[in-house]
Amino acid sequence: MARNDEKQIAFSVRGLTKTYGEGAAAVHALRGVDLDLPRGEIVVLLGPSGSGKSTLLNILGGLDSASSGTASFEGRELLEMSDAELTSYRRENIGFVFQFYNLMPSLTAYENVELVTEIADDPLDPGEALEIVGLKERTHHFPSELSGGEQQRVAIARAIAKRPTVLFCDEPTGALDSTTGRAVLHVLKNVNEQLGTTVLIVTHAAATAQMADRVIYFADGAIREVVENETKLDPSEIEW
Amino acid sequence: MVSPLDRKLLRDLARMKGQAAAIAAVIGLGVLMQVMMGGLVNTLDQTRQTYYDRYRLADVFAPVTRAPDRMLDRVARIDGVAAAETRVTGSALIDITDRELPIRAQAISIPDTGGPRLNDFFLVEGRVPSPGHPSEIMLLEGFADARAIIPGERLTATMNGAKREFQVVGLVQSPEFLYTTAPGELVPDDARFAVIWMRRAALSAAYDMNGAFNEVLVALNRGANVEVVKAKLDLMLDAFGAAGAYGLEHQASNRFVSEEIRGLRISATVVPPIFLAVAAFLLYIVISRMVQSEREEIGLLKAFGYTSAEVSIHYLKFVLVIAILGAIAGALGGIMAGRWMAVFYQYYFKFPFLVFELDKSSFVTGFVVSILSASVGSLFVLRGVFNLTPAVAMRPPAPTDYSRAAKFSQGMRRYLDQPSRMVLRRLLRHPGRMAGSVIGIGTGMALSVATLTMMAGFERAVDLTFSVIDRSDMALTFVTPLSDRAVIDLARQPGVEHAEPVRVVPVILRNGVHSYNGAIEGRVQQPQLNRVIDKRILPIEMRREGVILAEPLADILRVDAGDMLTVEVREGRRPVLEIPVIGIAQTMLGAPAFMEIGALNRALKEPGRVSGAFLSVDSAKRDQIVAAIKDMPAVAGVSQKEDARRALVELMNTGPGATRYIMTIVAAIITFGIVYNAARIARAERTRDLASLRVMGFTRNETAFVLLGELAIVTLAALPMGVGLGYYLTYLIVEGFSTDIYQIPVVFSPSAYGAAIVAVVLAALVSGWLVKRDIDRADLIAALKTRD
Repeated sequence: MARNDEKQIAFSVRGLTKTYGEGAAAVHALRGVDLDLPRGEIVVLLGPSGSGKSTLLNILGGLDSASSGTASFEGRELLEMSDAELTSYRRENIGFVFQFYNLMPSLTAYENVELVTEIADDPLDPGEALEIVGLKERTHHFPSELSGGEQQRVAIARAIAKRPTVLFCDEPTGALDSTTGRAVLHVLKNVNEQLGTTVLIVTHAAATAQMADRVIYFADGAIREVVENETKLDPSEIEW
Repeated sequence: MVSPLDRKLLRDLARMKGQAAAIAAVIGLGVLMQVMMGGLVNTLDQTRQTYYDRYRLADVFAPVTRAPDRMLDRVARIDGVAAAETRVTGSALIDITDRELPIRAQAISIPDTGGPRLNDFFLVEGRVPSPGHPSEIMLLEGFADARAIIPGERLTATMNGAKREFQVVGLVQSPEFLYTTAPGELVPDDARFAVIWMRRAALSAAYDMNGAFNEVLVALNRGANVEVVKAKLDLMLDAFGAAGAYGLEHQASNRFVSEEIRGLRISATVVPPIFLAVAAFLLYIVISRMVQSEREEIGLLKAFGYTSAEVSIHYLKFVLVIAILGAIAGALGGIMAGRWMAVFYQYYFKFPFLVFELDKSSFVTGFVVSILSASVGSLFVLRGVFNLTPAVAMRPPAPTDYSRAAKFSQGMRRYLDQPSRMVLRRLLRHPGRMAGSVIGIGTGMALSVATLTMMAGFERAVDLTFSVIDRSDMALTFVTPLSDRAVIDLARQPGVEHAEPVRVVPVILRNGVHSYNGAIEGRVQQPQLNRVIDKRILPIEMRREGVILAEPLADILRVDAGDMLTVEVREGRRPVLEIPVIGIAQTMLGAPAFMEIGALNRALKEPGRVSGAFLSVDSAKRDQIVAAIKDMPAVAGVSQKEDARRALVELMNTGPGATRYIMTIVAAIITFGIVYNAARIARAERTRDLASLRVMGFTRNETAFVLLGELAIVTLAALPMGVGLGYYLTYLIVEGFSTDIYQIPVVFSPSAYGAAIVAVVLAALVSGWLVKRDIDRADLIAALKTRD
């Protein structure tokens, strides 16, 4: 615990709930979550689908609203932010990587990264970002000309190019085979180490937990357990 | 440096070029109509004005019986008169063939040296008659063309009772004779009225007018009071048999041209906005659904931190590029179509040149409407998307809850297979979206219904006029009113089956400030050969106590049955009468007024007078009858119904009515555009579903059924709507096409509706085929790999 005290807290969450729908049809995605996440760590949120981990990620990323509770980023309350404040919060601090890459099919790899560097304050050069994810050779290819793993790496390059404080990854390897998946995780690890970016990975692939500083187990919309790994494995050592 | 968003925009446009082009075409056609009609009307109006100015058409015409040349100086000194000129005119008869009746002509003098100061002419071919060669004449080009007469030919004409031989040396056009109408007829016909120009000395000799004139032409200073000048002219020339000076607005040809241009202007004001409004509505529907399908990308951009304003601007640019390109293409097309139409009308109006003039306001209207409807369509959807949190927007809409729709179709489970149920439930679940498609297709179809019905209306107008109203074979006009014995004599001619008298009296009809220069036709009590009918196409009996007005005339005068009308007779002793309106008649041609012939003659105190007759004849003896009539000096003109019918059809096909063809084509394209767009969008919305079906083992046809079944149901639902909406739209459009010269009735034409239905169904089939081809070609894996 001593280590935590040295680190700055990035996210602080208290009594967070999220309910979709009303009455009998209501779905309780989050049923009261309390959590503190320090900066600079790789955090893996594990749990079966529907356990609420993606909902938490979306709320922390400023993509979704909560029903009750508080969630702050570096002391600023996210749930009280206006639409415009959330937009600039995302613009300045957050990078997203999605399971299905969400690249713009009509833009090249380079241009997809540029889409973000365009609106960031002190971005990486798109070429540099692509180099970090190992795609220097494929910068001018369109998404349709890239494999799934390559597309996901473009998505990561796009997410990190703005030098975000936090990188949110929702099932980043969900659509990939194990070899490609490992390569993607490797990129995430490098980002964490090289840029000091806090990386939050939501997944239901338990093996991913082995590369994390901290693992949060989710079930039924609540945190069941938080485990801090004494030793982290390199993605290449992870057994799937 | 182009921003990545702008590059996305360009590539998206390139990817969707087919659909973008279809959308742009729809709005472009709306703008095209607007610009074309505006430019056409302005060009014609400007050309007419320039023609009049350049050839110094007189402002006031003052016919007299015979006045000495010295009066010219006095006329020229009247306050407000800028220029004055005298001339000699006379009526003549031209013999063309033995078989035909002689053709009525007007002979007009030109000065013995030089050209006319007023009412100049444009020499198209040949030369001006040489002074001192009294047999040389020039002919109106329209007549010469219709009769295939070329300079150098000889021609026999009767002037003032004497038959003389002439040589045609030139063909001319004149702003005074853009239209020529044979006496007793409403529809102009180049072939049946001629104008002859001769040197003054020769013409004066023929009409015994040496040292005298029988018409004064006057050009006015700017700002001069026409009424005052007319009054002074009448006073000054009263002793010389002044028939009453009249202004350009009452000059026959100018009145006709003005009326035609006015009709076109009304069409241009009424019809294109309807097209533009329909196109704008379609644009709105198409754009809003297109933006809807971009929902996930919008969510993603928001997730990256793009503001709502930035995202809105991006999509606005996208739709504006389409709308503006469409509008520009429409405007350019409209300019070209307008010019092409103007050239077409140039021949119709016989202008020697064209002064192209665009209608700037139509550009503004076209662009503003296109941009507004596109922007509103996209902003409306964007606002809805922005109301969602980015996380929700980025997800495909959660699988729609079909449980409600399921209830509706539970009973059908037994009868419907799985794909049919998919189609039905989707339609029931998205009533709004389906309504959009139905309304869009229905509106497009309504345009087609209206334009096709209008076509049927034109045919109906011809048919009513010549089969129901006018059942005679020929109509005779006498030189001057005769005793009614003349008709009895005509009826006795071998081959004449029936003869019916008519008395036509020129009048000015007045109701307060509303007035109309026209004529009253006296008819027998129960006309058989040329009938007067009401709205139900039942014959109206002439009653003694009042006048029956054609509907457009009643509209002009703002009177109804039971109102009193002031009638200023312009012939004979020129009495002013107060006559009640006793009925309203349905007419297709002109704006006539009818009275019982006996009552009319009594009111004029000229009992037993007739000015013409309608005949029905034995067609086997037609030539014989024509030959007999030819020998009757009292007969000024004969119009055979077939000629009149042909002239009317030609007028409708070449005059303002000609635009109906273009409108029908545009309506058809717009209808196809909206059906095709509806099919494309439905396909875009369901790419994944369709691929999934294929993967599951459905055949191509079974898969296509899910999509095309929807299109089929939407199309079928749109048909009754198109019929209903088309019915009302017809009234709006037909209104714009009726002119003072002919009226177009709104008819319920089953074939027009049938054709519109066939067109929509055909458009749906073609669209369905195009879309199915797309589905068949679709890359299944790619479609499924797309994030969902």
